Amino acid sequence: MAEPMGFYTDTTVCIGCKACEVACKEWNQLPSTNGGVSTLSGDSYDNTRRLDGTHWRHVKFIEQFPEDRKDGRWLLMSDVCKHCVQAACLEVCPTGAIIRTEFDTVVIQSDVCNGCRDCIAACPFGVIETNPVSGTAQKCTLCYDRLQSGMEPACSKACPTQSIQFGTIRELHERAQKRVDQLHQVGEKRAYLYGADDKMLGGLNSFYLLVDEPEVYGLPPDPKLPSRNVIPGALFSVLGALLLGAISIFNFRTRTAGDHGEARP
Amino acid sequence: MNAVPSSTYFSAPPDWGWFIVSYFFFGGLAGGCYLFAGLIDLYGHAEDRPLARLGYYIAFSSVAVSGPLLTLDLGQPLRFWHMLIESNTYRPMLKPWSPMSSGSWALLAFGAFTFLGCLGALAETGLLAWPVARRVRPPGLPGVVIVSIGALLGLYVAGYTGVLLAVTNRPIWSDTPLLGMLFVVSAASVSAALMILLANRFKWTMPGLSALHRIDTWAVGLELVVLIAVMISLGPVFRALLNAWGVLLLVVVVVGMLIPLTLYRRAQSLGDRNASIAAALVLLGGFVLRLVIVFAAEGT
Repeated sequence: MAEPMGFYTDTTVCIGCKACEVACKEWNQLPSTNGGVSTLSGDSYDNTRRLDGTHWRHVKFIEQFPEDRKDGRWLLMSDVCKHCVQAACLEVCPTGAIIRTEFDTVVIQSDVCNGCRDCIAACPFGVIETNPVSGTAQKCTLCYDRLQSGMEPACSKACPTQSIQFGTIRELHERAQKRVDQLHQVGEKRAYLYGADDKMLGGLNSFYLLVDEPEVYGLPPDPKLPSRNVIPGALFSVLGALLLGAISIFNFRTRTAGDHGEARP
Repeated sequence: MNAVPSSTYFSAPPDWGWFIVSYFFFGGLAGGCYLFAGLIDLYGHAEDRPLARLGYYIAFSSVAVSGPLLTLDLGQPLRFWHMLIESNTYRPMLKPWSPMSSGSWALLAFGAFTFLGCLGALAETGLLAWPVARRVRPPGLPGVVIVSIGALLGLYVAGYTGVLLAVTNRPIWSDTPLLGMLFVVSAASVSAALMILLANRFKWTMPGLSALHRIDTWAVGLELVVLIAVMISLGPVFRALLNAWGVLLLVVVVVGMLIPLTLYRRAQSLGDRNASIAAALVLLGGFVLRLVIVFAAEGT
């Protein structure tokens, strides 16, 4: 197995050019418009709106300005599948369509997926959605085909500011930590890494340098695996079944005056 | 997106709609009716056999409807078999920790048991001239074993759908571990209600029907208690129901639970109109309950 690969996204140097979105769509042959119709969101410069089956990269524009607009800042972030080490989508997929590759990335095999959409509900980041063309769930593959050919993913290759960096996870962690230290030294004490350590779903193979709370970027502060509910859910169901079984057996065995229809049930 | 009550609010809705709501309802009916049919066969009187046959017929019909509902909901319906067989290797595909995977197998196996139950019922009436088929139902050891396993599978099919919702990261669904329990109890209430409704229509008055009345009263009461427990367990996510869906849920509580409980108590005899109205309301309430749970989270 090759060394785990992934993305480190430094949001402080993203300029919102969307070259990553375009490169992703171009390489993966994803439709550029929604059925030929381009609609404007009215939300900042963001007309992509969210990650879905045909948008595997999404540059978020977060405007933090007071009413008088005298002060403030833009937060820009190129969002993508996190390729979690403990992946919720892979955990629930009932068809085996979602696999972990030799690069430790998570890929949906479109020819295997039957469009049940369990992975969409399971992903804590809201990354996956159905591609209306294929009828299957789709998301970023971390350019699996390019990786197999020794190439870099299209988005990081196209990024003009090195906001999206591709490499081995070990190397990216070192690089990201150095950048956090550098930002702290120059006074940006809010800088931290999101998803770099293994506390979050075993580690995110696409992790981020952020300068505000995760929720501000539309990221969950503590994403969880769906399997956390399997045992408690099953135990409570068994309890319900036992209660019903006992009530039913008791009543079918017990005969009362009303059992032949002459009195009330 | 600041100050959300749960991390589940960052996930995306899977767009599970009417097909899935209907499957949850028919799956519950199938499991519950088979359970009652089996219990009547095991513990009931000889006069109760028609009621058991009714249960097997409903169970088989409901499973027969469930398969197409699930298949039609898929983005690629022709690949429905990928749930059971790995399309690359043609080996069995089973993830025990994934409710959708284990549930697919359970539904398949349960379907076979409902088919056997249906055959046994038809053989008993003479509509099927195949005496061996009568042995798939009690009395007799093969029938007892088949019905016992089938009833357990029926309970699984009735309840796994609630666990399936919990094993996601969607608001409401994954914020409580009690949906499986709620669906199991609700499956019993709607199943008993449908059997009562049809038995009343046929003007049956066997002892097992009286027991079903009592069971349905218990099941509806238990359903109400579990639903309240679900609401409490949601904690701050409860606010996701402070909208039209919450109002509809309140209607379910009143029309689908409290009024039927009152009407069941007022029913003076088997076949009483009050009992039929109560059973119809329980059925309606059971469907709308699933509708609210699925759609409330879809819209969050």
